[in-house]
Amino acid sequence: MADELRIIDNDVTQYIVVGLGNEQYGIDIKYIDNIVRMQRITRVPKSSEYFRGVINLRGEVVPVMSLRIKMGLPEDEITGRSRIIILKVDQSGSIGVLVDEVKKVYNLRADDVEDNVSHDSKSGVQSFISGVGKVENGLVSLLDISTIIGEVDI
Amino acid sequence: MDVGQYLGIFLDESQEHIQALNDNLLTLEQDPENEDSINEIFRAAHSLKGMAGTMGYKRLQRLTHDTEDVFSAIRGGQMKVTSNLIDILFQALDAIQGYVDTIRDSSDEGEDDNESIIAELNKFLEGGGTPAPAEGGGGAAEEAASPEAAEDSSSAGNDKAVYRTLALEEAQKDVMKDAIVADKKVYGFTVYIDESCMLKAARAFLVFKAVEELGEIIVSDPSSQDIEDEKFDFSFSIFVITGEPMDKVVAAIKSVSEIVEVCGEEYNEEMVDNNGAAPSAGESASAEAEASQGAEETAAAAESAEVSVEHTTAAAPQAETSASSAASKKAAPAKKPVASQTVRVDIEKLDILMNLVSELIIAKNALVSSAAQMSGGSNSESQVITENVEYLESVTTNLHESVMKVRMVPIESALQRFPRMIRDLEKKLGKRMQLTITGEETELDRTVVDQIGDPLMHLLRNSADHGLETPDVRSERGKPETGSIFLNAYQEGNNVIIEVGDDGNGIDVEAVRRKIIERNFIPEEQALQMNDKEVIDVLFDPGFSMAKKVTDISGRGVGLDVVKSNIEQLGGDVEVKTKLGEGSTFIVRLPLTLAIIQALMVLVGGEKYAIALGNIQTIEDIPVSEIRLVENKEVIQLRGSVIPIIRLSDMLDAPEVERDNENLIIVVVKKGDSLAGLVVDELMGQQEVVIKSLGKYINTSRIISGATILGDGEVALIIDSNALF
Repeated sequence: MADELRIIDNDVTQYIVVGLGNEQYGIDIKYIDNIVRMQRITRVPKSSEYFRGVINLRGEVVPVMSLRIKMGLPEDEITGRSRIIILKVDQSGSIGVLVDEVKKVYNLRADDVEDNVSHDSKSGVQSFISGVGKVENGLVSLLDISTIIGEVDI
Repeated sequence: MDVGQYLGIFLDESQEHIQALNDNLLTLEQDPENEDSINEIFRAAHSLKGMAGTMGYKRLQRLTHDTEDVFSAIRGGQMKVTSNLIDILFQALDAIQGYVDTIRDSSDEGEDDNESIIAELNKFLEGGGTPAPAEGGGGAAEEAASPEAAEDSSSAGNDKAVYRTLALEEAQKDVMKDAIVADKKVYGFTVYIDESCMLKAARAFLVFKAVEELGEIIVSDPSSQDIEDEKFDFSFSIFVITGEPMDKVVAAIKSVSEIVEVCGEEYNEEMVDNNGAAPSAGESASAEAEASQGAEETAAAAESAEVSVEHTTAAAPQAETSASSAASKKAAPAKKPVASQTVRVDIEKLDILMNLVSELIIAKNALVSSAAQMSGGSNSESQVITENVEYLESVTTNLHESVMKVRMVPIESALQRFPRMIRDLEKKLGKRMQLTITGEETELDRTVVDQIGDPLMHLLRNSADHGLETPDVRSERGKPETGSIFLNAYQEGNNVIIEVGDDGNGIDVEAVRRKIIERNFIPEEQALQMNDKEVIDVLFDPGFSMAKKVTDISGRGVGLDVVKSNIEQLGGDVEVKTKLGEGSTFIVRLPLTLAIIQALMVLVGGEKYAIALGNIQTIEDIPVSEIRLVENKEVIQLRGSVIPIIRLSDMLDAPEVERDNENLIIVVVKKGDSLAGLVVDELMGQQEVVIKSLGKYINTSRIISGATILGDGEVALIIDSNALF
């Protein structure tokens, strides 16, 4: 009984679905530390263009990057629904990503996720996607967080 | 409880002992007859052996044991200190260090037996005329040294047998008597711990552990709980039931290091009954205690005689302990004070404290800024708030300074290994050199001290390898054959300066220039245009090495650039002064503190930036018309000197704002002897800021050294003016 339960748990991954332009993207909830409203961002000179700058997150200085610019989409439009998602990856510290809106949380079973998407890519955008998930009202591109963050320091 | 929790203590203390061995071996090399050093070495080697044994590191114990034997032979006069002997002892020391390093990394001593070193040591021992084989090699010497010490302890023993004054409970007496009837032995002991011991509870625990392996402890005074909580002076008494002979138990106790003395005797039934029953309330008044003991002494005459015999013949280690501790006590007045009133604190705790102070200062800054907004109204309430906020401000500043001072340690610990290193280099390079170190007492933040060792080592090696000439070249040039290398540390304002240099050849700027052209590091025309300082700066570039041939001392192209980046990571910088034929000096400048600084807040293009106050020389208001162009760079003349100006708005790609086009506000910053003027839009005043890292995701230019959180919660960036030169 207990074993069965564990298998089911392993099978389901929770994703937070965010809107970016007309598309929706899923972020694995295990990377997400916090979601905060848009706040004042201090520009950091000479940093990569996709970095908006740094914010004060409860006394810590956290860099914020624009997911749109990182993925080659048009410049952000800051609205009341804009959010900064604070990601935490192992020892690398926190980093915020700016998104247009946070939609909802989906539970995706492994069966609902299509991993094989990289070969039909047409641009660099695809390389940040680890798979595509099927949800009731369409498809969600699942973001490969370690590539998105990992490429940052070069 | 297990021994594992004492690993930290073991590592700390072994490091101290190894350092003591190193220092004293160096002294001994210069002055082979120095008895203080020999005794000191002997004591350190002995403690190391004892600690290794307690912790169960057999290989380390064996090596230290043999090293100790050599020293006991030297101390006993059977062996002379020779340069060969010193060499092999240094090798043994390196091997010991190796063990300790391995233990630190893996809490295991590793597999290396270092047989060759042990064999060499034993060869010396045999050659030195000690008759016995290696294992007992030092025995003769130890015994030779022991009678005096043994007499000390036995004569003192009677006054110190505190266990006799213990009042035993009836139940305890019954247990003891039963044991005696059952043909077991009952011993009373009073154990004395060295008064300079930092962790007496740990030592006491090790004693308990050692004794419990042989028998059962039935009474302890103070109670084992109190001992664990360090609620005792430097002695404690125990009663033990065991089947083992007396000397075995004594030896077990004495195998714990920093145990100065053990008094003990075997009890019979009558003694059990009489114990503590002496008429006097003798616990407090020592005269009375002595009297009561005198009375008891007759009763226990046979046993105490036995005890004093034990002391002379019991296993060598105990005699060594008292002999060496007696020796070190005699030597003490001439040396540094043994122990001051200190507390060892884990650096992590200090980090937490420092973080809390940082938080407090951020909160204080928030309060200051909201108080400033309120004080618009001139009513008396806001007056009171302002006054209290100012008071709070001065308290937090003092608190920060105090915490910072706690974190400060003398730079000495980072420098200790250098004399040894220079000695080794001397042999390796075939040059004669003398290292002088001054200002070891200069204090720096602990983190900086921990990390400054490597860059300094590199600079010293550089001086030894490239700086100093060979003896014949030196005598040709009319210099003394022994080259001198120096390291001077001192404080200057908010910085600590460390100068490392030599009286060697100096940097041949033209040779460097030729090399730059030869290696095509910089295009020829440009290289020919560079001034001396610019040429020397190339030496700090990654990938540029001057060495004609790569030696294993320096010259692998990972030299000065690594030094520079290491020092910059600590928030410092390095520059060189050199004169061809006379030597060169590297000047390392380090900030006193890493976490909190006083800063000037400025506005550039509507954005707030902080500039460290320590780097600022003056602030000037200069009409635009006074700007001149020199080599296409903007400069101003200020009190006779020409200063380049840097427009921060351009450097920082700041947003365009409307500026006053008549006058410029210029913050003049200094780095060493050079000055530069930073053009800012507006001055916002001075503030204490907590430096926060930007994290490793944002790669910015070096101009931005960090960020800070202002009173209103906004993030402002900190400009490192040193990076602008």
